[in-house]
Amino acid sequence: MTTTISTPSDTEVVMERIVAAPRELVWEAFTSSEHLPNWMLGPEGWTMPVCELDLRPGGAWHIEWRNTEDGREMEMNGVYREVEAPERLVQTESWGGDWPETLNTMVLTQEDGRTRITTTVVYPSKEARDAAIATGMADGADRSFDLLDELLARVG
Amino acid sequence: MAADSLSLTFAALADPTRRAILARLLDGAATVKELSAPFAISGPAVSKHLRVLERAGLISRGRDAQWRPCRLEAAPLREVAEWADGYREHWDASYERLDAYLETLQAKEEER
Repeated sequence: MTTTISTPSDTEVVMERIVAAPRELVWEAFTSSEHLPNWMLGPEGWTMPVCELDLRPGGAWHIEWRNTEDGREMEMNGVYREVEAPERLVQTESWGGDWPETLNTMVLTQEDGRTRITTTVVYPSKEARDAAIATGMADGADRSFDLLDELLARVG
Repeated sequence: MAADSLSLTFAALADPTRRAILARLLDGAATVKELSAPFAISGPAVSKHLRVLERAGLISRGRDAQWRPCRLEAAPLREVAEWADGYREHWDASYERLDAYLETLQAKEEER
């Protein structure tokens, strides 16, 4: 199933995806340190040796990934703002460095035994949001990175 | 990629006029006057955008004092594209795993 992307306001990106499982289970998969390291791993070769989720409003979360092939490491941090199982999770998210901290709201909706995952990412400014889109970071797999693709194709 | 240069590239790419200038430079080097032509903004305003692009290493300026033609520099774009690719790939692959993982969890629940 594919992810759809929209930009309802100047600073937001909304991603939607439907999964074939009941909402309670999807909630567990996203909010439990027992489940998250089993799937939020990205491409082949990555593991999640650290997954600390203090699931309560004001609680911090911290995730570290490690690539078993080349030893590369990545981390992501944030703080939970609203925790309403099994339907609404609001948290800050930061990839460190200069990537701007975003406010992410995940809403789970039941639809005939399936679950729609709607994630709204709010960037600190229109510029940060546009940069994320221009570089393809906030983009779906189905949409090309227009400018970058064209530039890279032509400059080789 | 150093955090600073990543941030400069992101900031430079965030503006639609600057993206249009980069797209124009794909066709070859151009002067400020040539770059200003398609836009309803002044030469000095275009020069300001060019300084941002130059600081981010996305363009270089010729030494000819009068014309100083602008040229596209691809290296920072490649770096930012690699970074962005990694991010996007991470989420695409994770969501695919989530589908499979939810299926296993449900199968286990049914066994109970």
